[in-house]
Amino acid sequence: MDEREARIQKRLKRRKFAEIRYRFYGLFALFIAGAFLVFFFGDMISKATSAFKQAWVQAEFSYTQSMVDSKSPFASRRAIDRSMRSFVSPEELRSIPDFLRANPEKVDQSETRWALAGREVDQYLKGAFNKLKEEEIELAEQLLAEGKLELRFNWGFFTRGHSGDPEAAGIWAATLGTIYVLLITMLCAVPIGVATAVYLEEFAPDNRLTRTIEVNINNLAAVPSILFGLLGLSILIQFFGLPRSSALVGGMTLGLMMLPVIIIATRTALRAVPDSIREGACGVGASRWQVVLHHVLPLAAPGILTGSIISVARAMGETAPLLLVGLNNAAKDAPGSLTDAATVLPAQIFNWNNQAIRAYQERTAAAILVLLVVLLVLNGFAIWLRNRTERKW
Amino acid sequence: MTTKTVFAIFFLGLLVLSLVSYFLGRGKAKEAMVGGASLHSRPNHYGGYVVAWFAVPFVGICMIGGLINLICRAYETGGLPPFIYLTLAFVVGLAGAAFGYLRIRPELRARNGVEKVIHHTLVGASFVSILITFGIVASILFGSIEFFAGSEKHGRDPVSPIEFLTGTTWAPSGGAELKFGAVPLFAGTFMITFIAMLVAVPIGLFSAIYMAEYMPYRLRKWVKPILEILAGIPTVVYGFFAVVTVAPMVVEFSNWIAEDVLTPGTWLSDVFAAATHENALTCGVVMGIMVIPLISSLSDDVINSVPQSLREGSLALGMTRAETIRKVVLPAALPGIASAVLLAISRALGETMIVYMAAGLSPNLSANPLEGMTTVTVRIVSVFQGDEDFNAPEPLSAYALGLTLFLVTLILNVGATIIVRRFRQRYEL
Repeated sequence: MDEREARIQKRLKRRKFAEIRYRFYGLFALFIAGAFLVFFFGDMISKATSAFKQAWVQAEFSYTQSMVDSKSPFASRRAIDRSMRSFVSPEELRSIPDFLRANPEKVDQSETRWALAGREVDQYLKGAFNKLKEEEIELAEQLLAEGKLELRFNWGFFTRGHSGDPEAAGIWAATLGTIYVLLITMLCAVPIGVATAVYLEEFAPDNRLTRTIEVNINNLAAVPSILFGLLGLSILIQFFGLPRSSALVGGMTLGLMMLPVIIIATRTALRAVPDSIREGACGVGASRWQVVLHHVLPLAAPGILTGSIISVARAMGETAPLLLVGLNNAAKDAPGSLTDAATVLPAQIFNWNNQAIRAYQERTAAAILVLLVVLLVLNGFAIWLRNRTERKW
Repeated sequence: MTTKTVFAIFFLGLLVLSLVSYFLGRGKAKEAMVGGASLHSRPNHYGGYVVAWFAVPFVGICMIGGLINLICRAYETGGLPPFIYLTLAFVVGLAGAAFGYLRIRPELRARNGVEKVIHHTLVGASFVSILITFGIVASILFGSIEFFAGSEKHGRDPVSPIEFLTGTTWAPSGGAELKFGAVPLFAGTFMITFIAMLVAVPIGLFSAIYMAEYMPYRLRKWVKPILEILAGIPTVVYGFFAVVTVAPMVVEFSNWIAEDVLTPGTWLSDVFAAATHENALTCGVVMGIMVIPLISSLSDDVINSVPQSLREGSLALGMTRAETIRKVVLPAALPGIASAVLLAISRALGETMIVYMAAGLSPNLSANPLEGMTTVTVRIVSVFQGDEDFNAPEPLSAYALGLTLFLVTLILNVGATIIVRRFRQRYEL
């Protein structure tokens, strides 16, 4: 009898231990996911912070007429003394001819002013890998001591477009491109998506055609995004002849991609409106369309809005289909119209990541940080909106 | 006349004339109402009625005109100049509006007419999604047919589909002889997907079990959205993270193993020493983390929808909670979990940016996950990165790869849908 008791106790112990083990597995899995998130965000932030500072240097510029006339880009280099030349960003030198054309009185004059510093100095000040020579480091230290070299907040990062020089590269053009693309995306996807959802949920008879459309929409939502890129390339660009690399093509491609997402979200929102509302409206003589327009849609609007915001956030991070329709061009300037060559933030991130110059890395991380913050804000807003407007009938 | 002006005239004309027709129609109906007539519909329905008589022919003619010109361009003959269609549309549209306006009388059933037009518009909208599917299938199918059939005009040799599916050399450009054997690409794709699933399935599944069975509801409400952040991070960001942070770690770690843990020169040590900066393992792990929420959310839903009575029965018989989960809940939820895994696989197969940035571009048929390899999606996206000639063999091969990808993911998605439907039927949800 004692032996049996002991056996049962032993087994109970084992079973209880198994129970604890099971819980531990689950906690461990969640811990890994959480640890990854913390590590990921920490890593991005630590890589990005240095990009928000930018070195500026005080240098003497002496302008000559030959800088305006010469077609050679090297003529402007003479504006700066040889010893300081590598300290000033080539972007500053490139802008000299235009500057002189705008201010002809400055020709044959010289002035001492603050200028964007070159990338090597910039990286040196931030303590990152750089290619400064020994004497240049000495000079940099001397300038630093004299207050002629300093780190400032990098406003240029938010106001400039892409540049071949990392110190002058910014995200403004890509941000504007993203806004254009998303505008087109929503203009394409939301009206058609809501109309489809209203039809399927409120009007469609339950027949084979309706079921085909439903199955089709569900499958479309799971089609790999890159195939939408192929669609945009061969139908929108090659068949309809829309301009490649434009915000229009990018937005329409993403619009087609987001359509099923918006349809599904809208249907869920419509389904949440109780039938009593519809019956009540019908009871006072409204037609079916009046029921939908005057009663169901206003009640479902917060849900539709939430779904739309979430799909905007998804579209904002989408890259692969946009690469196929040519939105990864290194656009220096913000697109002037919907048909101009444009680039978007994710494509810019991809582009910078491909650059051989190391100084781009911090800027890539900073662009990522900006993108992530916008996405978090959008998603957070959507969740807040959902919690606020959620209604139990 | 540029395309932009044509579109500007079209939209401006549509907007302005629609507004004018609306207010004219409504005004006439209101006048009749003031005159003491009892209207069949509300006055704004009469406005809408006139708008419908204007806009339907106007938009219709413009669309038909645009279509004719597109077809003309496809056959390389110039179509009619667009302003002819526009003029025609304006004339017919205005005639329609006038006709609609004249028809307005109190007993006219304007509401029914307007709603009929709206109804047809909605039906039309719901066909757009079918058109998109059709467009995807048509574009990749035509591209693939062109690729496989070859063309004498462009000096392209036909490619046999069997060679495409079984050949082991992928050399789409350059060299004397082009080879289109996609096996290295398929192998790379499956290797990376497999690693991703090794990461995602255990973590996702155990998270789901813990969230559904052990975690208090209030805590779960917070944890689930946090977990879903993982799925909301753009893939290009994961790609950057993989290249800049994970890949150096993986290379360093495997070099350490090759040199310090194992004896250098042995077979296993060589495997680790082969680690390159672009490798499949990095991609697989990062992609696995990306799909965790896909598996955990779906499994969580499914586990939650297993009837409570099953759990209670099992607990009443003296089983522990872990045993209940393992022997009762999981078997019942298995179909749903399987479909979640299928969807995750399909997602991983179609994933582009992570692999494009972190796995390399050169096809490599190898069983060593520490080597660089490339995938189907990478080949598709890397072809279209410049001003390529759309009749060259390499861009067209992307369509054949796209077709394969489409078919495989379609089968996985349909399979997942069917499994879930059976599951729901079983528990009458």
